[in-house]
Amino acid sequence: MANFLISRLLYTVLVLFGVSVAVFFLIRIGGDPSALFLPPEASLEEIERFRALMGFDRTLVVQYFDFLGRAVQGDFGMSLRYNQPAMQLVLDRMPATLQLGGAALLLSLIISLPLAIIAAAKRDSIFDRASLLISIIGQSFPAFWLAIMLILLFSENLRLLPPSGRGTWAHLVMPAIVLATYSTAIITRLLRSSMIEALSSDYVRTARGKGVRESTIILSHALRNAAIPTLTVIGLQVGALLGGAVITEEVFAYPGVGRLAIQAIANRDFTVVQAFVLLMAALIVMINLLVDLSYGFLDPRLRKRK
Amino acid sequence: MIQFFKRFTTSSLATIGLIVVLVMVFAAIFGPLIVPFDPNAQDIMQRLKPPMWQGSEGIHLLGTDALGRDIFSRVVIGARVSILVGVSAVVISSIVGVAFGLIAGYEDKYAGRVLMMLTDIQLAIPFMVLALAVAAVVGASLWNIIAILGLTNWVQYSRVVRAECLVLREREFIQAAHMMGISTLHILTRHLLPNVLSSVIVISSLLVAKMIIFESSLSFLGLGVPPITPTWGTMIAEGRNYIGNAWWVATIPGIAIFVTVVGVNLVGDRLRDLLDPRLRQVES
Repeated sequence: MANFLISRLLYTVLVLFGVSVAVFFLIRIGGDPSALFLPPEASLEEIERFRALMGFDRTLVVQYFDFLGRAVQGDFGMSLRYNQPAMQLVLDRMPATLQLGGAALLLSLIISLPLAIIAAAKRDSIFDRASLLISIIGQSFPAFWLAIMLILLFSENLRLLPPSGRGTWAHLVMPAIVLATYSTAIITRLLRSSMIEALSSDYVRTARGKGVRESTIILSHALRNAAIPTLTVIGLQVGALLGGAVITEEVFAYPGVGRLAIQAIANRDFTVVQAFVLLMAALIVMINLLVDLSYGFLDPRLRKRK
Repeated sequence: MIQFFKRFTTSSLATIGLIVVLVMVFAAIFGPLIVPFDPNAQDIMQRLKPPMWQGSEGIHLLGTDALGRDIFSRVVIGARVSILVGVSAVVISSIVGVAFGLIAGYEDKYAGRVLMMLTDIQLAIPFMVLALAVAAVVGASLWNIIAILGLTNWVQYSRVVRAECLVLREREFIQAAHMMGISTLHILTRHLLPNVLSSVIVISSLLVAKMIIFESSLSFLGLGVPPITPTWGTMIAEGRNYIGNAWWVATIPGIAIFVTVVGVNLVGDRLRDLLDPRLRQVES
């Protein structure tokens, strides 16, 4: 187990290194941003001085290793626009996004778990067909449009919820619904098919033969076995939730990291975009590592293999 | 083929999906011939007219936007960008992803590890932000958008194709081909590729739906196809400002996206039921 943990952690570090390479070079394929930060009448010398000051005059590889060396020590550079440490800007917005993401994940679990379990237990019933249709429809909403439609209904017409901003729980309702829609569809569909697979297995037939109550079979035998693939997908959905938060936060003017990232992209504030992507990547990789480790607790057979 | 079509259409939902997809493809190809107005023609006297069924005496079926442009014509022409981007991006990502998956599945030693690593890297990056950042730096144009979407979405193909190749390469016909000294390239393209094709078709159909949503999201944020070309995403972005007094401007193009994506998903779902043997087993 210890060996497994160490090799997984090393691999995680390697993945984060890969992410840093990808992000660093991708956002620089358009050239250096000096021209955007200086007035158009800036002279050549002024541009050169700015480039030297920011380090843009060195080769990209040198710039990258300089960036990496500092990043390892927790220094992600200054925001080119706000003149504040980039990572600090991102971290300050983090609680708002975590609150929104948490609310959305909770909402999608509250809906998808019972829906999938009942659909699998009563196959081909109206309930089952409804769950399939709901999961297809849920996957098909463009998030930004759904957001606008909710604003049209609840803010413009019914005047029940505030259309933008953050503060009270009411501000959280519409963004959480928008963000939860896609995950709900994906989790429902996957848990349903995993449950169906588990319910048609030998151990369930044995349990039925022994006269175990159907509710016990569904909730403790089948659900526990269906939990592993579902948990993997929930782990992957965290990434999708954080990515989806970008557009949701933008439409609702919700002051989280996603909105910050979009503004940073519009301003070509490279350091903030880098800090954002690396923090998100670290978060996603860590969550998936935890999911991997939890398999051992869910399935004793996997403990021995490692 | 005809038999497959018959089996496909036994599901009424899938048939509806197929009809929707065909209508959208028709609109994308023949759009300029069927629209009643020039989609970019402005008419200040006719601005923000509601759709016909709202009792407006106008000649605009689905009303007009803030510049007096006919929304119906713009929605029909908007199908072009969505379908073109969706299909082209999927073609790119399927070629890259399948090639990588075949190699990684057949020569598992190094390529397989590199692939798993690349997959994990791609999964860890918030895709939307990466696409936005790249679109912002390289500049938004139709072909850039297609390239960005195509090159950032291929890991799913690689993972599935690799997993299938790992099983296939142990089978006798591949072993035999290898023994006979047939070149690796030939084995990959003539023996392995046909056997993974059905998974590729299923992934592609569902990915088209995702790509259409991605493209409209990029356009909505102003980082997609330049606004001279009407796209559903930009139409929604423009209509958003008039949501209080002219709901239809933002609502109608959204319905177009939603209906198209539901249609594509229904078709993809049916293909998965019919083509994916593992799932068929579970379902029956």
